Amino acid sequence: MEVRSLRLDDYYSDNTIICRCEEITLGEIRELIRKGYRSVDEIKRISRAGMGPCQGRTCRQLIMQEIARFEGKSLSELKMPTFRPPTKPIKMEILLGGEKDE
Amino acid sequence: MNKRANVVIIGGGISGCAIAYNLAKKGVKDVIVIEKDYICSGSTGRCGAGVRMQWGTEMNCRLAKYSIEFFERANEELEYEYDIEFKQGGYLIVASTEKEETQFKKNLELQHSLGIPSKYLTPKEAKEIVKHMDESKIRCATFCPKDGHLNPFHATQAYANAAKRLGVEIMTYTTVTGIKVENGAVVGVETSKGFISTPMVVNAAGGYSKAIGDMAGVDIPLYPERHQILVTEPVAQMQGPMFMSFSLNIYCQQTPHGSFIMGRGDANEPKDFNINSSWSFLEEMAKTCCELLPPLRKLNIVRQWAGLYEITPDRQPIYCESSEVKGFFIACGFSGHGFMFAPVTGVVMSEIILGEPTSLPVEKLHKDRFLRGEEVYEPSVV
Repeated sequence: MEVRSLRLDDYYSDNTIICRCEEITLGEIRELIRKGYRSVDEIKRISRAGMGPCQGRTCRQLIMQEIARFEGKSLSELKMPTFRPPTKPIKMEILLGGEKDE
Repeated sequence: MNKRANVVIIGGGISGCAIAYNLAKKGVKDVIVIEKDYICSGSTGRCGAGVRMQWGTEMNCRLAKYSIEFFERANEELEYEYDIEFKQGGYLIVASTEKEETQFKKNLELQHSLGIPSKYLTPKEAKEIVKHMDESKIRCATFCPKDGHLNPFHATQAYANAAKRLGVEIMTYTTVTGIKVENGAVVGVETSKGFISTPMVVNAAGGYSKAIGDMAGVDIPLYPERHQILVTEPVAQMQGPMFMSFSLNIYCQQTPHGSFIMGRGDANEPKDFNINSSWSFLEEMAKTCCELLPPLRKLNIVRQWAGLYEITPDRQPIYCESSEVKGFFIACGFSGHGFMFAPVTGVVMSEIILGEPTSLPVEKLHKDRFLRGEEVYEPSVV
């Protein structure tokens, strides 16, 4: 039986959704990288990737991998994107304080 | 690396990109924009993105009207491949004090004299426009249907891309470290990527524009101040206009994407470059928002951030060539409104740089107005 190692490309195609919150595909991310948007923060601002409820928990790493691959760099050479609070979504009313607490 | 340029613009926000585009459109060659991070990484990309004609000084009304009329045709004029997402849902500005109501009536008179289609509304009429508002908290409101908002990232890219097509060079990740002045005139700019010799420098550095002025030995009377914003999860469209109050300290809009963006100022904010987010902002913002727009209490906040205003003594911009240093041009001091004024900034600065008559009478916005005591205070700022 032939054994071969699996590569990322066996799983991903241009139609693969990279940012689930905003439904951005790998193809769209690759197009932006080709156009010169070469950091997660720039791609986020122009495409909304990473701006949804999960705040980029899934897509941030995947986008960084794509940039690294395109530029022939390792992940550690890339600039980390900005992580913004709050850590998890929080309802506005929770912040209103304890007036209604018994 | 040694380079030459005819004009070097410091700052890759929307103001710098708009000035570059207008210069190139007029045929100026060798224009370089220097940006310390990436396009739109500073105040432009952090702003509330609203644009309004409803101002309290004649100058600001005229600057805003000119700019909004440009945004209406910007996709075509800049031949942008995406969309700047300009939505004219209007601004509903509410008054909660008697003093404010008096000011608003004065503002309306001024706005009408300039052809701005704003109108007076009773609380009941205001509620018809923003149905989820608690109208018992307000005395009256004004509304202008031409106001609205657009996407700051796309608007800036539209200018940057159009400028590049016309030959402008944009140097990102490049920091200005000095400005060389000889015999009272600019001769070049020191950067982290080498020296650029140029007879003309434009200071469009937003929150950092005072520091850039200092490099040329030009004192610019403004200070940076952090302003914070939060954004919620997206929900179905329920609010057409921007909702705003100066006295209650809030602006709040729903974007075409469905999320609500809101911000407020803080009277105790230190005058520095801090752009970290604070927990107290979330609490104060939530309190103000839920009092005035109660149904929004159920929304999840997904993110918060901050950016810098650069505030002048009269809260109007500075457009001029410095009287101290020849070839040093100033386009800053927008006091939180540089994004919405960008189209007019680009046009009048290119005219000032080329020594042409200006499209609007912006000589009143010369920096020396502060020495002459000729400033006109803008009352309508959050």
